[in-house]
Amino acid sequence: MTTSPEEHIIYDGRIKMPYTWAAGKTSSYFLTQLRDYGRLWGTRCPDCAMVYMPPRKNCPRCVVTDTTWVELPPRGVLETFTVVHFSEPSLQPMEPPYIYGIVRLDGADTGLTHLVSEIEPNRLRSGMRMEAAFKKLEQRRGEITDLLYFRPEGGGRQ
Amino acid sequence: MSQRVGIIGFGQTYHRSRRDDVTGIELINEAVRSALEDAELTIKDIDAVVIGNMDHFEAVNYVDTWSVDGSGAWMKPLIKLTTGGTTGSTLGIAGYHHAASGLFDVVLVIGWEKNSESDTTGAIITCSDPIFDRFSFSGALPGLAVEASAYIKRYGITEEDAARVAVRDRTHGANNPYAQLQTPVTVEEVMKSPMLSWPIKLLDICPRSDGAAAVIFAGERKARQMCPQPAWVHSTAVRHSHAYFCDVNYEELHTLEGAVRELYDHVGIKEPLKELDVVELYQPYSFAGLKWIEAMGLCKPGESPRLIWDGATDMGGELPFNPSGGVICTNCIGATGLLRIGEAALQVMGRAAGRQVPDVNLALATGFGGAYWSDLMLLGRRPW
Ligand SMILES: [Zn+2]
Repeated sequence: MTTSPEEHIIYDGRIKMPYTWAAGKTSSYFLTQLRDYGRLWGTRCPDCAMVYMPPRKNCPRCVVTDTTWVELPPRGVLETFTVVHFSEPSLQPMEPPYIYGIVRLDGADTGLTHLVSEIEPNRLRSGMRMEAAFKKLEQRRGEITDLLYFRPEGGGRQ
Repeated sequence: MSQRVGIIGFGQTYHRSRRDDVTGIELINEAVRSALEDAELTIKDIDAVVIGNMDHFEAVNYVDTWSVDGSGAWMKPLIKLTTGGTTGSTLGIAGYHHAASGLFDVVLVIGWEKNSESDTTGAIITCSDPIFDRFSFSGALPGLAVEASAYIKRYGITEEDAARVAVRDRTHGANNPYAQLQTPVTVEEVMKSPMLSWPIKLLDICPRSDGAAAVIFAGERKARQMCPQPAWVHSTAVRHSHAYFCDVNYEELHTLEGAVRELYDHVGIKEPLKELDVVELYQPYSFAGLKWIEAMGLCKPGESPRLIWDGATDMGGELPFNPSGGVICTNCIGATGLLRIGEAALQVMGRAAGRQVPDVNLALATGFGGAYWSDLMLLGRRPW
């Protein structure tokens, strides 16, 4: 009998799989309006009157008939934020420090999570008025990042 | 605290090869709203939610939390379960357990899949052992094909015998407005369809569907209050076996044999062919409609072709199988086992419309998956 040396074999593996995700009719309308016109739309529940942003086809709370469209202004209130100081280049290409905030657009009942820019982190306050900055028309792809970031209303530092 | 349980509502989507008009969350919501409307309830009546689908099929990890906006589980107890092909039947059995425990009275159970969003075979491969099994049988087809190969060699079964099973289910599917495939086929068409993995041809096997199903279970007091004719759960049985494909006994489906034996003994069924009124069999390919009905004790091993050709399992036959058209007509995998339960419930409730079997007292729903695992749920018109 020949013997092998004691060894623990370890295999490298990677699950490589193609996926597609259909945005569906509701989100597709939101995304094409954002891409083509820089407009933001929420949805209102016919039952409880909640206005959702991003839009929901159905009210998650009432589970009744479809919601209806309501256009929202590209302005609102910074509800909360964080300044990120670590780097995760494979997932988030932004150079730290960068700012995530949740902005509730005027007329909406839920906030939109996005980047906040054109402001020094130490000047950020919850409750600040914010406005949306959009990518240039030719750079928009029908993605939520066609909205570039939020900045202080009236323009932040460049 | 334990209580008897009945199914009081069932809803499903119109199943298609792809539903680009909705997200998975919105697809789920269609089935949930349909089930609530069927039971004449609102989401406020639901005490807990059980949801599931296949791992890796849509590349969404925490499906329970992700889908809350569609499932109606906002501010409710919620759990996700996933057990491969048996996911849908596991969901149904778990919903039954939730209600039977007496801890929850009205339980909403949801199974769903958007097969169009991934490579189904590639996604299924991730279930196999990476050291020994993943390079070979992985994916659904070859494992089923070796089962069929062993079976037809042993009993002299023909490919035409299996084709006749596919013809039955495709004929039944034409009665089901929710089925993905609603056009009947002939034995000749099945035989001429492209060979995929011998002896399985394209028309022997299930399609890939986008769809969702929702079933509402209720404890006895609520079920009687809320529903004129619940489909009462009489018994369930589950058998899992080895995980390596090489360990499977390909001569008999011993998990199904073990499960039916437990279930028949529990409720006192001696002659299933006579005593059952309808079966929704999780039958992913035509050869299973021969071999597995032998495992169910409907006839002796090797004798199933006679039952099939005689029409005993057709609509109007002694024991109709798959009035819905079954898995060969619709296969949104995480929903597939739950569709069997929902369709069996419709038969007991007398609400199956154009696919109704007359006077159903006992309806059996089955689940299948993993390395030849089997689940059962028996539903009846009167409480067990
Ligand atoms: Zn609402």
